Amino acid sequence: MALSDSVQQPFGDQPILEVKNITKRFPGVLALDDVSVKFYPGEVHAVVGENGAGKSTLMKVMAGAYQRENGQIFLAGEQVEFDHPQEAQNAGISIIYQEFNLLPERTVAENIFVGREPNRLGVIDRKQMESDTIEVLKQLEAEDIIKPDALLGTLSVAEQQVVEIAKAISYDARVLIMDEPTAALASHEVGILTELMLRLKTRGIAIIFISHRLAEVLDLSQRITVLKDGVKICTDLTENLSMGKVVEMMVGRELSDYFPDRARPEDIGQVMLAIRNASNGAVHDIDLEIRSGEIVGVAGLQGSGRTALARAIFGVQPFTTGTIEIHGRAELFRKPSQAIRSRFGYVTEDRKNEGLVLMQPINDNVLLTIRTLQRLLARAFPLGIRQDKNLAIEVSEHMDVRTPSMEQEVQYLSGGNQQKVVLSKWLATDAKVLLFDEPTRGIDVETKASIHERIRELARAGTAVLMISSELPEVIGMSDRIIVMWDGTIVGELPAAATEAEIMHMATGSADNDAEQTP
Amino acid sequence: MTAATTSVTTASLADRVQQWWRNSNIPPVYGFVVIIFLLSIVLDLLFGVDDQLFITNPVILTNILVRSVALGIVAIGQTFVIIGASIDLSVAFMISVTAVGGSYLMAGDPSRVWWTVLVLLGLGVLVGLINGLLITRLKINPLIATLGIGLILKGLLNAAFDNFAGAVPRSFQSFAYDNIGPLPISVLVLFAVVVAGWFILRRTKYGAHLYSVGGSQEVARLSGIRTGRVLTIAHIICSLTAVLTGLFVVSRLRSGAPWVGTDGLYDLESIAAVVVGGTALSGGKGGVLGTLGGVLIFSLLDTMFNQIGIDAYLKQILRGAIIILAVGFYTFRSVEEPS
Repeated sequence: MALSDSVQQPFGDQPILEVKNITKRFPGVLALDDVSVKFYPGEVHAVVGENGAGKSTLMKVMAGAYQRENGQIFLAGEQVEFDHPQEAQNAGISIIYQEFNLLPERTVAENIFVGREPNRLGVIDRKQMESDTIEVLKQLEAEDIIKPDALLGTLSVAEQQVVEIAKAISYDARVLIMDEPTAALASHEVGILTELMLRLKTRGIAIIFISHRLAEVLDLSQRITVLKDGVKICTDLTENLSMGKVVEMMVGRELSDYFPDRARPEDIGQVMLAIRNASNGAVHDIDLEIRSGEIVGVAGLQGSGRTALARAIFGVQPFTTGTIEIHGRAELFRKPSQAIRSRFGYVTEDRKNEGLVLMQPINDNVLLTIRTLQRLLARAFPLGIRQDKNLAIEVSEHMDVRTPSMEQEVQYLSGGNQQKVVLSKWLATDAKVLLFDEPTRGIDVETKASIHERIRELARAGTAVLMISSELPEVIGMSDRIIVMWDGTIVGELPAAATEAEIMHMATGSADNDAEQTP
Repeated sequence: MTAATTSVTTASLADRVQQWWRNSNIPPVYGFVVIIFLLSIVLDLLFGVDDQLFITNPVILTNILVRSVALGIVAIGQTFVIIGASIDLSVAFMISVTAVGGSYLMAGDPSRVWWTVLVLLGLGVLVGLINGLLITRLKINPLIATLGIGLILKGLLNAAFDNFAGAVPRSFQSFAYDNIGPLPISVLVLFAVVVAGWFILRRTKYGAHLYSVGGSQEVARLSGIRTGRVLTIAHIICSLTAVLTGLFVVSRLRSGAPWVGTDGLYDLESIAAVVVGGTALSGGKGGVLGTLGGVLIFSLLDTMFNQIGIDAYLKQILRGAIIILAVGFYTFRSVEEPS
């Protein structure tokens, strides 16, 4: 881009890192399609895009964690090839992942120098290591807060992040990549991080960071790259961009999927779940009503409290304050078994770990929750052991689980079929309120449509549905109402026909301070 | 001084003791050691079979240490593999092999001692290497890999020997029975192994790498540590300590039989001592000083039970209960701490 290249660079106008025509393919998806970007020293470069746009993939390719199909990487003008993250790190490209790569049971110094401890004949020079650690921490002006011999696990999340950054720059990093560095931080801790980023910037380090919080991106970065569906939409100086422009480029896509019809007025029935002013450690000030027959979509960024809300309702991490009414009666679920007994169901976002017992057959997975409702060994129960088989077959046929046998272990089913088994599990309990968290994540288009169809069918039969999704088209296409979450609470509600831009605006926490920029 | 200030100083004294304890890096297992020691004095006073208190009897005190030698040495090796998030169930069989092999090869001849020891140490390296390679290269679960190797050793041993075989020369028995100054040689060897283990784990690059591998394979790998090699070396160290324990056992018994290792329960008890000592079975945390504490608890209990004449079966029940109690305490503590 001619415009950006002409701008004065404090550390010269040579890019420190350049990727050219990068292509990366995963089975079934083109994660990166011919992406080229230049990163300059002493500049904070934000990479934004929706979930699945290819941001993290691009970072991992640059850091040597993924091998690309095509394209070149240049570090300070020289073409480089990294087979292992360690090689990239030694060359000066450090990456900090969302989940920290640190050892909680080891000290700060041991964590920073793990794998390259200063030593004499294999004996660690602890004094050297500690003074080196202080030296690195000094560069971050953190030597007073963080002691080299403190156990890492005793530090706060923000302090642990400082240690990660210290580890990264101790490799003499010239490029520092951060994948959603603020996601794990409480709002008052973000300031520490932003200050650090500025300090590193003035030392000529190129900082690349991924963030979903657009206000923060516009605030901190000098340059922004927008990715969408694996394609680079634009790289431009931040001063030439606005919140509205960025959102537009991130979401500019047509609703191509097919979604079932929305609820008719006569479908909507009584209030099944009413939450007033409820909070727990993860979400706060929640006011929410769900009626039978409607699908309420929940939009929000990662870490906005979407999943925490579902977990609070279902009693996994219960609300601690506020009033909750279920079917019109005041009641609070303290554990999932109570929720299940009140005919609630929860399709979690992690179906392999939380939704299914992978090594058991379909039959047992479908009956998993209904069995918890039965008394132990109770033959007299209406759904006695004998009838189990028919029940499982009935619901899984209804859900269109495609399998040669009910005895098939679910680990061998496709993702879409697995999700249908999870749905069958809740269908079997005759759930009246269903919470869905990413109901179609990682599922092929055809199965996706059939799952959408089933969810609507359930709603039409009187089930109240809360559906969390990070795919905006899905939220828009499925919901009768959309609530938007940010920073642990519900920041707004939008009608069925809301646009992606409207949702993104609320979800990035920017609705209040610059409403005039709405495109 | 007024009464008020006195009470303040006593309160802060308790705090200071707690503070000192936390900063001292003494493994918490020594709290148990002290409690059990005091408890044994009380029980000795109440139920002791002879008039003399055991703490005033240097023979009994030394005996507590000597009792710790066999289990102690192999438990140090076990600590290494457990810190690496692995485990070694072959040690008991390795001890049998060493004990029988030792007395058979030495055949009472002092001139054969040195090469027998070398052969057995070589065998230890080999078995540890095989264990390590099975676990790190073929990705076989450590429980299964080491149990399998242990059973193979047992089979080979049973095919060749069915009873006590050969004898070690008198000179070799000084390992188990002679003193240097006031302390038995065997106890000095145990201390040497503990100090060496402590030094390797706490002061060397290798030790730091082993903790990293046990704490998180992924972090270690991404930091450029050759995780497979680190863990394999830990297994070799563990097998070598089993050989050393086997040599001590045969020097004490004069002749080895194929069941001495397994009858001594060295596999399960070494793991129990490590865990009671505060090393996490999930790896990455703990150390040899804690393990020594765990071993001392076992020998203190044995001595105490002997002093007050507790039945052997009741003894086992009490040991089991104490293992569960100690580990339950750690879990409870680690759940409580964050709040």
